[in-house]
Amino acid sequence: MSDIPAGLEALNYSFAGQRAAGHFAPVLVGVVGSGNLEVLMEPAAGSNCDIHIETSARGFGTIWEAVMRDFHQRHPLAGVRVSINDMGATPAVVSLRLDQAVSELTP
Amino acid sequence: MDWNTLATALFGADHGITQEGDLLRGTVHFDREPLAVIGTTNHAPIGVRLALAQARAVLDTIAQHPGRPMLLLIDTQGQQLRRRDELLGINRAMAHLGMAIDLARRRGHRMLGLVYDQALSGGFITSGLIADACDALPEAEIRVMRIPAMARVTKLPEATLNALSQTNPVFAPGVGNYVAMGGVRALWQGDMPAALREALANAPVDDRRALDGQERGGRRLSASVVQRVLDAA
Amino acid sequence: MSALDTAKVSVSYAECSARERIARLVDAESFHEWLPPAERVTSPHLAQLGVPSAFDDGVAIGRATLAGRPVFIAAQEGEFMGGGVGEVHGAKLVGLLRRALRDRPDAVLLLAESGGVRLHEANAGLIAVSEVMRALLDVRAAGIPVVVLIGGANGCFGGMGIVARCADRVVMSDMGRLAMSGPEVIEASHGVDEFDSRDRALVWRTTGGKHRWLSGDCDVLVEDDVTAFRDAAIAALDASMPVTLARLELEHALLASRLRLLPEHVAGDEAVALWARLGVADASRVAELDVDAVRALRTV
Repeated sequence: MSDIPAGLEALNYSFAGQRAAGHFAPVLVGVVGSGNLEVLMEPAAGSNCDIHIETSARGFGTIWEAVMRDFHQRHPLAGVRVSINDMGATPAVVSLRLDQAVSELTP
Repeated sequence: MDWNTLATALFGADHGITQEGDLLRGTVHFDREPLAVIGTTNHAPIGVRLALAQARAVLDTIAQHPGRPMLLLIDTQGQQLRRRDELLGINRAMAHLGMAIDLARRRGHRMLGLVYDQALSGGFITSGLIADACDALPEAEIRVMRIPAMARVTKLPEATLNALSQTNPVFAPGVGNYVAMGGVRALWQGDMPAALREALANAPVDDRRALDGQERGGRRLSASVVQRVLDAA
Repeated sequence: MSALDTAKVSVSYAECSARERIARLVDAESFHEWLPPAERVTSPHLAQLGVPSAFDDGVAIGRATLAGRPVFIAAQEGEFMGGGVGEVHGAKLVGLLRRALRDRPDAVLLLAESGGVRLHEANAGLIAVSEVMRALLDVRAAGIPVVVLIGGANGCFGGMGIVARCADRVVMSDMGRLAMSGPEVIEASHGVDEFDSRDRALVWRTTGGKHRWLSGDCDVLVEDDVTAFRDAAIAALDASMPVTLARLELEHALLASRLRLLPEHVAGDEAVALWARLGVADASRVAELDVDAVRALRTV
């Protein structure tokens, strides 16, 4: 029993990609503020899209998984690592930031 | 420790330091050399008036006594929390005091801070933390903000902050922590004149605090991040 | 050229993120970031409190050009932890300032938006702010102007409010605020009669850009527009003003006389009373006037 708050929740998802992203400069969108999140997208070895999330809004694993699946269906990227710092953004905002990040990928 | 007890232990009963409200001022002789003493007492809240009074004392010493070392005696509850002081630019008055102390440093005056009771936030930034180095008595306490106010601003419960203050160096107000983090150079124990003598002799003139924090283990990232920026392509 | 071609679209500085401000302020594509997000130089203290970190710990730093001239630039992200200075955030600023001593850019631009010390990092943040102050004064003493730009919604408070006034030049928009303690802290301490933190007009009369301009606590007043901030930054490139005893004596006289100017008890609004005593015409109408009009009223 402790008065120290419970930590962040870490979530990981990995999808087999189809569309190679190739080499690109890392992209950052969003800001870690209340109800918001930041998304960092980087090239990665291999053909997966690997997603790592750290969030202060604990217990929403099922929803995160659904949002990530939907994202990967829209953008089945291969060779990409996505890292997220989240402070309670809604699924709509999460999807928006992910799509924004993809739109900023340049070779 | 009461300021007069401290002053007497350092300089003898006829030290000549006077108290005017919350302001302490005087010129003492230490090891037969004159030393200017400037400071506050009564856990003074630092408003525009008191910031300017201290700055006046520093500027007078720079103008009239080039090279004279100054000892800043620190006991403050931080900035005065009044709308009037904000209107009148308390942040500017505090910057002015800080810049006066910093100018004295650059012009070769030895500037030493000593937290002898408590130091908070802005009151500390513009005194001990801008001197060549800041030392402290072992029983002194240094804080950023009182816990109830901190709880309101951070939305962390008071109970959580109280618990962290006991166990976590980043939150605990004891000066031992500040030494470990490099914010305080050394503690004065036992022989007060010997401690002052040592400080006058050994306090650095460049800002070593991040390196001290790294060496002492209390603040492990600052120095390496600074170096990384210096080395970045 | 048609009127549409020459019309400038105004971009709100307040509504931009820190990175957007940098991108729009400096010459196009000239910003090169040090310790970018991908390097993940993050806070070691936040996770234990269940608070997410930011990949850049809330401040972007690097070099750029401004009107073709080399500058160093830092922008604090007010949305992350209120722009509060933690151990890493502060060390990035100190590193930038120390590098400026070595590389000698034409200026260091600090886009400040901060509540001061990041309370979640308490002691580490307090020491960090002090190290930033020391490093800034080193740069100033070396004859490299440090220019602080203030115009974000969170203002520039706490230890950063002190740091700002150590710079060679302070540029504010009317949206910006510069002070020490936030109104909520003062209200919590001394009651709503001392400072009603929900009275926005009162808060801006006390700490906002127009007041700081009229009282002399900022050097330039601009509209809430990125181009206006850019122009002011360019004008500041040759504004080095090293601290001297003479300058501090002038500063002291100004602050001391202002203290005497405002009686302990004032009938009516204190800000208006202060402006009137400073000889500002139309003091009671300042809040309604636009930036151009207020600019013309300064007497100090």
